[in-house]
Amino acid sequence: MRSRSTILALGALLAASLPDAARAAGPLNVVTTTEDLASIAREVGGDKVKAESLSRGYQDPHFVEAKPSFVLKLNKADLLIAVGRELEIGWLPPLVTQSRNSRIQPGGDRYLDASLTARILEIPTGQITRAMGDVHPAGNPHYWLDPENGKRIAKAIEGKLAAISPGDASYFSQREEDFEKRVSDAEKRWVATMAPSRGTKVVTYHRSWPNFAERFGLDVIGYVEPKPGIPPSPSHTLELIQEMKRQNVKIIMVEPYFDSKTPNSIARETGAKVLVMPPSVGGEKEITDYIALFDYDIRLVVDAIKQAGAK
Amino acid sequence: MRSRDVRRVVLAVFVTFVSAPLWAQSTDPPAPPEQTPAEQTPPEQTPPSPPPSPEPPAAPPPTEVPPGAAGAGGPSGPLPTYGPASSKVFNPDIAVIGDFLGAIGKNNSDRATPSLELHEAEASFQAIVDPYARADFFLTFSPDEVGVEEGFITFTSLPANFLVKVGKMRASFGKANQMHNHVLPWTDRPLVTQDLVGGEEGISDAGVSVSRLFPNEILFLEATAEVYRGESPELFRAPTRGDLTYVGRLRGYRDLTESTNLDFGGSFAQGHNDAGPSFKTRLWGADLAFRYRPLRRAIYRRLILRTEAVWSRKELEGGVVNAFGAYVSGEYQFARRWFGGVRLDRSDRADRPDRQDQGLSALLTYWPSEFSQVRGQYRYTKYANGIKANELLCQLLFSIGAHGAHTF
Repeated sequence: MRSRSTILALGALLAASLPDAARAAGPLNVVTTTEDLASIAREVGGDKVKAESLSRGYQDPHFVEAKPSFVLKLNKADLLIAVGRELEIGWLPPLVTQSRNSRIQPGGDRYLDASLTARILEIPTGQITRAMGDVHPAGNPHYWLDPENGKRIAKAIEGKLAAISPGDASYFSQREEDFEKRVSDAEKRWVATMAPSRGTKVVTYHRSWPNFAERFGLDVIGYVEPKPGIPPSPSHTLELIQEMKRQNVKIIMVEPYFDSKTPNSIARETGAKVLVMPPSVGGEKEITDYIALFDYDIRLVVDAIKQAGAK
Repeated sequence: MRSRDVRRVVLAVFVTFVSAPLWAQSTDPPAPPEQTPAEQTPPEQTPPSPPPSPEPPAAPPPTEVPPGAAGAGGPSGPLPTYGPASSKVFNPDIAVIGDFLGAIGKNNSDRATPSLELHEAEASFQAIVDPYARADFFLTFSPDEVGVEEGFITFTSLPANFLVKVGKMRASFGKANQMHNHVLPWTDRPLVTQDLVGGEEGISDAGVSVSRLFPNEILFLEATAEVYRGESPELFRAPTRGDLTYVGRLRGYRDLTESTNLDFGGSFAQGHNDAGPSFKTRLWGADLAFRYRPLRRAIYRRLILRTEAVWSRKELEGGVVNAFGAYVSGEYQFARRWFGGVRLDRSDRADRPDRQDQGLSALLTYWPSEFSQVRGQYRYTKYANGIKANELLCQLLFSIGAHGAHTF
């Protein structure tokens, strides 16, 4: 009995002695849900931030496990940046609730939804139901695959970082401008490389690529998944094969976390080539940052189009 | 002596959570709200734009309903400041989960389940209360009763790594006791839960839960202390106000690699039992889970091995009765939609440790989508009174409404 009172008294003491942390001056602890956001945060924040992603680039960002070790990372976060558009709805909310970090709670001043200023595609209009599969009611969350959105994300992060440490505002602003410039220069190069193949018809596994396709002129005519989040079915696969033959589609883009069995058998039937396309930084070892992601993916697509000789 | 202690406990808990939000308020002045959800599609910039000069931010546009909401029956256009439509945006996330159970085979014990039943329909309502808290309600409708499975507020903005929940809750005793029926990896609850930890309802009561995170470099460590009214069906009774139930839990977790981890904990619970006014039951629990889920193949493969052991010490008219029970369970996902599993059960009856229930189950689960699940469980049980049962249990789970998060 007495020990219980003692424990509670100790608890109260702890509560009194550790108010929300005079967090030591040092780099800001930025936690992001994906490696793409971490990469952009590093570009903008330089050595004033320490950015870390919860998910890995070769992992399906819809299905991340809400591990308690992530609670520890969120507990120390000075800023949480999420992709938003319900991409993380299956795992982020309980982590945030358990984080004991009041500032990153919904509506808190240290939470940034990177999608708010981005160009979002496929926002459903009209009635939506789950008969359509696991649709995202707020639009397609794979918007970072357009470098223009990368710049918008950088701008939003700059605004947030500057609000958190106003003393470094000019540092962030200068780094953000430099990043935008490098992305713009690279984008000219990517668009030019892709120019001869504009309008190439492709099939993708999941609806991860609408922004990428729009920016670089690919025409997505179908998906290996019959509906978002629903694994391939034999009848849908047959229809897709026929459609691909009819339209002479020679490219199948597959995210690295999906099984390549069905795409491979479709490829055998149609003579198409399966591209394992990482949609995120870290999806392959050499994809170390946001610009390298497009370098890698564009090279993959262009080489495949050349090989297939198809348009 | 005892009631004074109780009062002290209640006072300490009360002070902690009453003072904390005020505190949070004073140390963290509410920041200006996040950018208003701007237009969904800002005007396209021409790709080779020169580095933009710091321009004054545009005036925030009025809050627009996301275009998708219009067709889904929501309001459209700019939201009115007053009027019935504006309250819709604050409606909680609502979901309903159906748990349909069927049973085939022979079971002559008093624990036999019906051939077909809508075992439970659970409605959940979840939303943010204010900048300091969120609330979660789970109402269950079973064939013969309607109840609040859980209904609590969680204070998320407390200092010093505290998290406080107040309301009716499933107590933090072990693992299975905290799980709702629809997240169990089986169609039933293990024998040890039924014999020693209060059956399907488990330790579930009105009370206050205070937990604290102890951040460190080595492992995730969380300590939880809970006080309940003292009424958990089949387990605890509170003839007087002072007969509270106390629950404590220490949980550790550590990533072994990026794909494997270890989750472990120890629990304690104490309350008055139904044998008489001064008889107590004490429970100690230990749990361990090993998980393997390769990140690259996360949607196709996973392995979870878990075990939970409970020691019960129940005071009865004739003396103290010690009982022990445990289960060991394994689940393996072998395809995107398929899981196989096994469970071994063993438990003494809380009043009669010389009588022991034993069970063995094999399970197969199929996921048509994230929102429905079909499960078959072959169960062999040898009950304490000598009755043997061979059954095939079938379960259909289906959920509509808001997309819930997956518990770990």
